[in-house]
Amino acid sequence: MSASEMRQVYAETLIRLAEANPEIVLLEADLMKAAGTRGFKERFPERTFDVGVAEANMIGIAAGLSATGKIPFTHTFACFASRRVFDQFFISANYARLNVKLVGSDPGITARYNGGTHMPFEDLGLMRIIPGLVVFEPSDPVSLAQLLEESAWRYGCSYLRLHRYAVEPRYPAPQRFTLGKGVVLRDGSDVTLIATGVVMVDEALRAAELLAAQGIDAAVIDMHTLKPLDVELVLTYAEKTGAIVTCENHQIHNGLGSAVAEVLAEYRPTPLQRIGVRDVFGEVGPQDYLLRRFHLTAEDIVAAVRRLRA
Amino acid sequence: MTPEELAFLRAKAKEIRKLTIDAIGYLGVGHIGGALSLVEALTLLYYRHMRVDPQQPRWPERDWLVLSKGHAGPALYSVLADKGFFPREWLHTLNRGGTSLPSHCDRTLTPGVDMTTGSLGQGLSAALGIALGLRLSGLPGRVYCIIGDGESQEGQIWEAAMAAAHYRVNTLIALLDYNKLQIDGPVREIMNLEDVEAKWRAFGWKVYAVDGHDLEQLDAALTLARSAAGPVLIVLHTIKGKGAFFAEGKVENHNMPVSYELAQEAIRKLDEEEQA
Repeated sequence: MSASEMRQVYAETLIRLAEANPEIVLLEADLMKAAGTRGFKERFPERTFDVGVAEANMIGIAAGLSATGKIPFTHTFACFASRRVFDQFFISANYARLNVKLVGSDPGITARYNGGTHMPFEDLGLMRIIPGLVVFEPSDPVSLAQLLEESAWRYGCSYLRLHRYAVEPRYPAPQRFTLGKGVVLRDGSDVTLIATGVVMVDEALRAAELLAAQGIDAAVIDMHTLKPLDVELVLTYAEKTGAIVTCENHQIHNGLGSAVAEVLAEYRPTPLQRIGVRDVFGEVGPQDYLLRRFHLTAEDIVAAVRRLRA
Repeated sequence: MTPEELAFLRAKAKEIRKLTIDAIGYLGVGHIGGALSLVEALTLLYYRHMRVDPQQPRWPERDWLVLSKGHAGPALYSVLADKGFFPREWLHTLNRGGTSLPSHCDRTLTPGVDMTTGSLGQGLSAALGIALGLRLSGLPGRVYCIIGDGESQEGQIWEAAMAAAHYRVNTLIALLDYNKLQIDGPVREIMNLEDVEAKWRAFGWKVYAVDGHDLEQLDAALTLARSAAGPVLIVLHTIKGKGAFFAEGKVENHNMPVSYELAQEAIRKLDEEEQA
């Protein structure tokens, strides 16, 4: 299989879902071009609302649409989807127990040339503290399509952290993905790399190869759902490998590393290292530069494993 | 409106006002000012203009109300209780632990409450979304949304105002409770709304302004609003705390202690007024 643009998969899946269910509607805040959803608008003009550069209003309108039984998908860049509309999403959508699907694109360093203002290293943390919210970040086109569909049919709010660019499918065989169930991409016995999102699952897999060359057998888990976290899988691999490294394109605070640390501390204390952005703001640059700048590379993961085994 | 209808509404408004004062007095504290300024508007909406069914609070064909200034919940609860959405005894559970009547409106707790509000500035967007959703579904309901004057300082109100005109929503009727006071003082001193009617007109809305305690003026505006080609704003010139002698027009009345005895005295005074 060849690489697919994640945004294209997102848009095509939404169109397919909207054909199956007339209640699905789409809201954008002047980023329809970025999300690749113009096809949706062409197919369902009356069910598409591009509200202009007014993200707060977009979430409020979506909440109202949901109150009448619609299933609104809303999109903006992840920085705005989280920081800018946090209270609207919290109160009008989640606290009101409505059914608003929020999609934040360009996670972490994939904001690239948009730079620090647009570089969300906090969105997962903000979303994770909203009670009952489903928070997920698929790492390939196949899992994206399936998890997006599951989130659409499941009543309640969700947050999809969407990588927009082309990604190779990483799952060789037909596979079922379920929200809240992590996927073991590679089994191992010495250490477990738990990663989320395209960028860090890529780096974790590369790190596992580097570690194998050094005689270290690393398991790699694609933890596509941050909430509800697959606690059982975390504990199983904590027991099996006795050492864990979390890998996220996000602050180490309140994201995947924190979630895993909480589980381990409470249920099975296990040596842990967290790969992620360490309490600094984002900045502008090409993605490979940013990967090194924020110490998110496979080599950084290998170094973390060596620290654990020292 | 016939003289009999007017007399009925006038009596009903007084009853709602008394129920609201009683509920807040029974608890001992509450958002009495902004609740009482809305009594006439809520009475006209629920006893004359809105299609609702207390037996089916989520009836798809109904008209909707989003009380964006969610702290006025107690006035709405008095109306809903009187209409039979839930027993009147519930009014004495206002803000108690485990109540179905929280200080700010919650669509998941109270039969007849259409939207959760309380974080100011958000309700008009939701009301617009409801209007768009009903239009998509081919449902006839109108959507009423009550916003505050202090609340109009929130930017999201104006985002929603722009969008409602853009989408040519002719089923959305907003009411601005212009009682001229906010928590920290008079609105014109804190952050002046200046010519608020001109602002809404510039955003593409049809605007009417009435004495918000004059049932006939308000009824005429609500009737006109139903046949407008786009969204309508009705500015209600009101008195914050209207009808409670200890609170009326006082800046402290946004959220104030109200003893049970004081509440009963206010209710007695309203009864005496009635007889006079």
